[in-house]
Amino acid sequence: MSDVAVGTLSSAPVSRHRGFARGEQASDVIFRGVLYAAGILVLTLLGLIIILLFHGGLPVLYAFGIDFFTSSAWNPVTEKYGAVVAVYGTIITAVIAVVVAVPAAFGISFFLTEVAPPVLRRSIGTAIQLLAAIPSIIFGMWGFFVVVPLMATYVQPALASTLGVVPVIGTLFSGAPIGTGILTAGLIMALMILPFITALFVEVLESVPPMFKEAAYGVGATTSEVFTAVSIPYGRTAIVGAVMLGLGRALGETMAVTFVIGNANRISASLFSPGASIASTIANEFPEAAPGSLKLFALLELGFLLFVLSFIVLAVARFLVRSRLET
Amino acid sequence: MNDISTTGLIAAERKVNVDAVDDGIKILVENLDFFYSGKQALFDINMAFPEKRVTAMIGPSGCGKSTFLRVINRMFDLYPGQKATGRVMMDNQNIVEPQVRAAVVRSRIGMVFQKPTPFPMSIHDNIAYGIKLNERVSRAEINERIEWALTKAALWGEVKDRLHTSAIGLSGGQQQRLCIARTIAVKPEVVLLDEPTSALDPISTAKIEELINELRSEFTIIIVTHNMQQAARVSDKAAFFLLGRLVEFDQTARIFTNPREKSTQDYITGRFG
Repeated sequence: MSDVAVGTLSSAPVSRHRGFARGEQASDVIFRGVLYAAGILVLTLLGLIIILLFHGGLPVLYAFGIDFFTSSAWNPVTEKYGAVVAVYGTIITAVIAVVVAVPAAFGISFFLTEVAPPVLRRSIGTAIQLLAAIPSIIFGMWGFFVVVPLMATYVQPALASTLGVVPVIGTLFSGAPIGTGILTAGLIMALMILPFITALFVEVLESVPPMFKEAAYGVGATTSEVFTAVSIPYGRTAIVGAVMLGLGRALGETMAVTFVIGNANRISASLFSPGASIASTIANEFPEAAPGSLKLFALLELGFLLFVLSFIVLAVARFLVRSRLET
Repeated sequence: MNDISTTGLIAAERKVNVDAVDDGIKILVENLDFFYSGKQALFDINMAFPEKRVTAMIGPSGCGKSTFLRVINRMFDLYPGQKATGRVMMDNQNIVEPQVRAAVVRSRIGMVFQKPTPFPMSIHDNIAYGIKLNERVSRAEINERIEWALTKAALWGEVKDRLHTSAIGLSGGQQQRLCIARTIAVKPEVVLLDEPTSALDPISTAKIEELINELRSEFTIIIVTHNMQQAARVSDKAAFFLLGRLVEFDQTARIFTNPREKSTQDYITGRFG
């Protein structure tokens, strides 16, 4: 009996835990090294992109100084470049997109979390995810061939005859209804960020503890009253964060916008008029920018501006989304 | 004779009992069944809640007492697949009928939950919220009502100087009293308390119990509790539930000293549950 025991012990493969080896196992060291490399790759990439954009744009800053950020010129013939038109177009289209998408996203997300029967909830949820999967260029083509004519024939004339006659905001909705322009670009963009914002809203609304909603129902509140008094205040900061994330997406959107924004280097009071965004300007002009030309440097500097803009928006969004955990 | 008709008979006897002590009936429950997506959770409940008295509902976890509470104020409506049949009569109206507006039922039958549920707003707004939902009243009247409710809930002295600070900053016991104040500010006729002290320390618990004693002269109170002593201390009548059935319903003193049913006896003496 004891013989057998001794026999099995001595013939068993020597465990690697036998004794006390010092230092780390080689496989672990290698594994950790690979992981570090993967992590550092991200930082390196980001750093290189920032350096490229900033350094690439420097000649423009030497040439125009601060004027680059205040000038609305974009003239390859006289080699005068300014960022104002593109920055204006970028911000306005993104704001239009958010203003249109957020109420819709509220409606959809609240419908999905509170009102919809399970069957609808699943099918609409899937449809929204599919909407997010449509490539940007498809939105662009659809926008150009379907939405632009609709805007020109129906939507813009209707807006001009209603909102267009209101004092103060009237100028925003006046002018020739040509279809392509800032407003159309903003609307297409709204559709593109809608699934994203909706998904974030659904997550926020689902995180509201049911007990709080029941408490509001318990004092006689109706569904809509619970929504405004409990669900929204509860997820307030996260909702603002979600909106900012959507805004960040809209700022950098390129293909669809390039199709429908009209690509004209001018700022007009009317939202119907064509304009340009940073992304659309770069997409349009980059193929024609000769290496070493001032135009190329101007485009790189525009890219840097877009990067900074997105970075600020995303940083604010992150901060707000995270602060939800503390309330 | 099967089980269901026995409990029905007992309930009928109780009704006589209730009348005998000269209490009005606030809520009369008749042949109430309740289903969670097809699975029955309450079986043929028959009982009468006396007006302006405290009725305690006791029983082991999962016996249906909290479910019963959620039926009385239609909270189950919020969840698809939950269904109640039978009658819960209040003012000659069956309030579990879908045609009766749930929000109105809930404003007349208020509820306080297991954990404090202050809304993410100021103390003042927490209480004003329910009032504004149900009535058109002047600002002065709202402030008066808030003071009344907070005083009733024994919280006024502690918070009167910070009404406009966030309710989230209150302690657990204060939050729970705020929730009671919020509930009674709507002037409901019935107040449902679902284990209102299970998340609180003993001192806060004592305060809430005192509060229940204060409120019994104005409201019909129904309390679900796991704490036998609490049921014995605060209630006039007690109902013992087991596996979705009402086993026994009687004066609290009788339930705790001389219950009719053996299972009641076993439960209150701690032999199970």
